[in-house]
Amino acid sequence: MPAVQETIDQVRGIDIDQYKYGFETVIEVDKAPKGLSEDIIRFISAKKQEPDWMLEWRLDAYKRWLTMEEPTWARVEYPKIDFNDIYYYAAPKNVTGPVSLDEVDPELLRTYEKLGIPLREQEILAGVQTSKVAVDAVFDSVSVVTTFKKELQKAGVIFMSISEAIREHPELIKQYLGSVVPTTDNYYATLNAAVFTDGSFVFVPKGVRCPMELSTYFRINEKNTGQFERTLIIAEEGAYVSYLEGCTAPQRDENQLHAAVVELVALDDAEIKYSTVQNWFPGDKEGKGGIYNFVTKRGDCRGARSKISWTQVETGSAITWKYPSCILRGDDSRGEFYSIAVSNGHQQIDSGTKMIHLGKNTSSRIISKGISAGVSQNTYRGQVSIHRRAENARNFTNCDSLLIGDKCGAHTVPYIEAKNQSAQIEHEATTSKISDDQKFYAMQRGIPEEEAIALIVNGFVKDVIQQLPMEFAVEAQKLIGISLEGSVG
Amino acid sequence: MLEIKNLHARIAEDGTEIIRGLNLTVKPGEIAAIMGPNGSGKSTLSYILSGREDYEVTEGDITYNGESILELDPAERASKGIFLAFQYPVEIPGVATMQFLKVAMNEQRKARGEDELTTPDFMRRVKEAAEQLKIDPAMLRRPLNVGFSGGEKKRAEILQMALLEPTLCILDETDSGLDIDALKIVADGVNALRSPDRAVIVITHYQRLLDYIVPDTVHVLYKGQIIRSGDKELAQELEANGYADVIETAA
Repeated sequence: MPAVQETIDQVRGIDIDQYKYGFETVIEVDKAPKGLSEDIIRFISAKKQEPDWMLEWRLDAYKRWLTMEEPTWARVEYPKIDFNDIYYYAAPKNVTGPVSLDEVDPELLRTYEKLGIPLREQEILAGVQTSKVAVDAVFDSVSVVTTFKKELQKAGVIFMSISEAIREHPELIKQYLGSVVPTTDNYYATLNAAVFTDGSFVFVPKGVRCPMELSTYFRINEKNTGQFERTLIIAEEGAYVSYLEGCTAPQRDENQLHAAVVELVALDDAEIKYSTVQNWFPGDKEGKGGIYNFVTKRGDCRGARSKISWTQVETGSAITWKYPSCILRGDDSRGEFYSIAVSNGHQQIDSGTKMIHLGKNTSSRIISKGISAGVSQNTYRGQVSIHRRAENARNFTNCDSLLIGDKCGAHTVPYIEAKNQSAQIEHEATTSKISDDQKFYAMQRGIPEEEAIALIVNGFVKDVIQQLPMEFAVEAQKLIGISLEGSVG
Repeated sequence: MLEIKNLHARIAEDGTEIIRGLNLTVKPGEIAAIMGPNGSGKSTLSYILSGREDYEVTEGDITYNGESILELDPAERASKGIFLAFQYPVEIPGVATMQFLKVAMNEQRKARGEDELTTPDFMRRVKEAAEQLKIDPAMLRRPLNVGFSGGEKKRAEILQMALLEPTLCILDETDSGLDIDALKIVADGVNALRSPDRAVIVITHYQRLLDYIVPDTVHVLYKGQIIRSGDKELAQELEANGYADVIETAA
């Protein structure tokens, strides 16, 4: 792991209060009035120039949401959210949707530059940026630019903001939107269906291997603004796509809400690899501020022999409530979940996965690594469900928790149900402290305390880091180092 | 080189006194054996010398090259050249032995103001040292000490010692759990490191290891004190008559 040295340097150089992405972009914005009502939903829909059916879909969801109650089963605590004290739409002025790069406000381009996200295709092609990744950049409620669209089009791949897709590919949206996470699914998903503002849409047609990595960078900039993104990825028969999302937000004293929905559909023999590096502002040392991250992510292995894998590195957010799941509907389909969840300071994480085995010979694999430091609470909550007709289903689960210090908590809550005799389920769980023995041993070899901890933690998460696309593996390791800064007592 | 004066130390957690007025001097180039029955404080002494937090020094001093080391943490002591070969080497999952070696070597170089090793230079040093200790290169790719046999663990300790080039090597019961072949390999590794400016403290219960690593001085530790010192003949006497005689005479 060559990144260890970099992790160490980052750990040394950055104080916990210096969240690197905490700056704010000063830009003129176009906002909806504060609060949530049918009128606000009409406002969003009109801004997006949506067809009537889309507006109806949103209003139905809204009516439904009004009858629902906020879930309380997760092991997280926070003051009640006032949903009328949030702005549901904020967009940089004069941006109605993605335009060509020349038309993008230079202030926005500078923002993404500061975040280290390559938007200028020329530079990427000229080798200024090392890897070729197509990017959709979502700023508050709108997508500001999507790169490499033309090149992807040649391969038949559609990669655009979901707002654009609703206008340009209504037939695909009608067929797939809400088909994995229905508008009735859960409190936050239903809210998202009513007010979602932007996100990415990916369609990889039959037999096509997407020629490059796709990624979306989400940035919440405006004060008191919620971000409700919606992402839909479809891989037709035999298609392959690897997609990565990254998220950051300015450092603010008040909490901000992020409630996203991601839907993945894999048809026969298709494969979708979805990676997340989540680095929303986690709040400060006293636990003030930070993002409330309530996310519904689900993949549907609809076709035979299809495969969906979720890889996540979660280091940010004050509260994380997130369970990327796979519905293994097609025979011989496979679901994977690889997760690293790091909590420090006052962060609370309740995250895990659901693997729902419906088809024959379906298999799933869950590798979860939780690292808790400070006074944080870190819960793995995972469900493995083998249905009656899922002959020869197999699951392997391994959940490891690592505690740093003695004021944090790690919890593992597995739910396992098998309704078919032939199921094979393996579950392994461990909780360990970075032992004084390990720390003393490494230090006795001349490795200073913080570096010793970074080394041991990097060893602990290695299995998951290996699942990330190369370019992001290094970034993820750095991020884990930064997140644990200040965790040594 | 190493001077321990009237050292008193206890377990931090419960205050049990383990070391009770210990005096010891080790000169450069010397191989000093510390022997004693179980529970006499042998392992504790090795931890206190290397700076483990679990022990508190209540009286006396330890100086190394004329400088007190009591205020230094384990990493600082290591970069001053103090190395402890553990009786029970610790497993570090997910961290390849090779990677651990590289981080440790470079951290020590950094602490001494030297440049980091280049990768080819590092690889060459590891290869040479591993060959000498008959270590299979495949072992170096495995996570440190994870699933290593007793012999492999001890060899990995000596490998680290060879690569980190300490000036004071403390071997804590290095012979425990080794068969005779492994013991010879380990002893050869230690003997190869003998030099006029490097001292070695061999902590052992039995005479066996001292047949292969021949000491200049032998000290008997009992109830936290050195009760008798001598040359290698003393070790043989202990082997023949047991500790009882020495303890009685001292009492």
